[in-house]
Formats: sequence, structure tokens, C-alpha cells
Amino acid sequence: MEGLLNNLWATIAAGVVLTVIVVLVAHAIAGV
Amino acid sequence: MELVSFDWWFFFFRWIHVISGIMWIGHLWYFNFTQTPTMPKIPQELRPAVVRYILPEALFWFRWGAMATIITGLIVAWIGGFIIQAIILGIGQHNLHDTLIGFGMWLGTIMWFNVWFIIMPNQNKVMGVTQATPDEVNAARRIAGLASRVNTLLSIPMLYCMISLHYVGGP
Repeated sequence: MEGLLNNLWATIAAGVVLTVIVVLVAHAIAGV
Repeated sequence: MELVSFDWWFFFFRWIHVISGIMWIGHLWYFNFTQTPTMPKIPQELRPAVVRYILPEALFWFRWGAMATIITGLIVAWIGGFIIQAIILGIGQHNLHDTLIGFGMWLGTIMWFNVWFIIMPNQNKVMGVTQATPDEVNAARRIAGLASRVNTLLSIPMLYCMISLHYVGGP
């Protein structure tokens, strides 16, 4: 985890992946 | 939109919220995209200038930008009438707007907590505001840096939630 955070581009990629997860969970919660 | 109407105050606090958010996230990205990657390239004798002069000033606007952002954000959610629904992530509401703003608010709150209770206490050791041994300063620099990177990571989904909710209906 620390290795990922020490790399700026890996951090940004992880942010994009987390965005996809959040959107999928939000749609599941909202049922749409 | 009359000057003292409900809509005007709703707009006003959202406007201040965005200004404060730019102040906060702008400095966060300055630290992560500019200052931190550049520090190793700066000659050793010049580095104290960054730590003593630029860093304290940047951290002032950074932490108070964060505080203004969360306060105005809560006011916007309260005026908009969705604060409770957002806090509970819109569970049971079948309303994507409330779920998205809820995720955005919780991500922003985690980031605000990181700023005030993890990054700042550790940066105070780095800047010498709080007394610390050289080992403690090195540990503090590492923890503050990691927390700052976590906030950079979280800022991406947080901003997605904050903006996308305007495209799914609702205030």
C-alpha cells in the first residue's frame, strides 16, 4: 500500500479504480 | 432569483463551497503534483526556504480551505434539504442523487479529518512548531506524506460524486 502511495501515477490510477467501485456501489444502493 | 430568496442563499453557499474547495484541493494537488516530487531535486541548502517560508503559508490556506469547504458543504446540504438522506447514503430512498452526494460528503469528511488530525499535527513536527526528535520528524514527514497521498487518491471519487449528482436530477 505504501509503495502504491509513494508513486503519484499509481495513486491516480487507484483513485480512478475507487471511483468505478463507488459508482457501482452507489447504483446498487439506489437500485438504478 | 431574488437577492434574499431561498434559491439565492442555496447558490451563495454552493459558490463559497466551490471557492473553498478549490483553495483546499488546489493546495493538496500543489503538494502532491509539484512540491513533494520537486523537493529531492532542490539543492540541500535551499530546502529550508521551502519548509520555513512556503510550506507554512501553503498549509494555512490548505487547512482553512478544508474547514470552510466542510462548513459550507454542510450548509448547502441543509438548505437543499438532503443532509440526513445523504449522511445515510440514501439507503432505502432509491434516489441516486442522495447516494452520490452521500458518498461525496463522507469521502470529503474523511479527507477533512486527515487534514486536521493527521496531516497538520505531523507537519507541525516537520516545521518545528511542535518539538520533536530527528527520528520523530522523519516519521512525521512520512505519515503526513502518506495521508496527503491518501487524500489525493480520495479526491478523484469525491469530485466525481460531487459533480455527477447534478446530472441525475435533484438539487
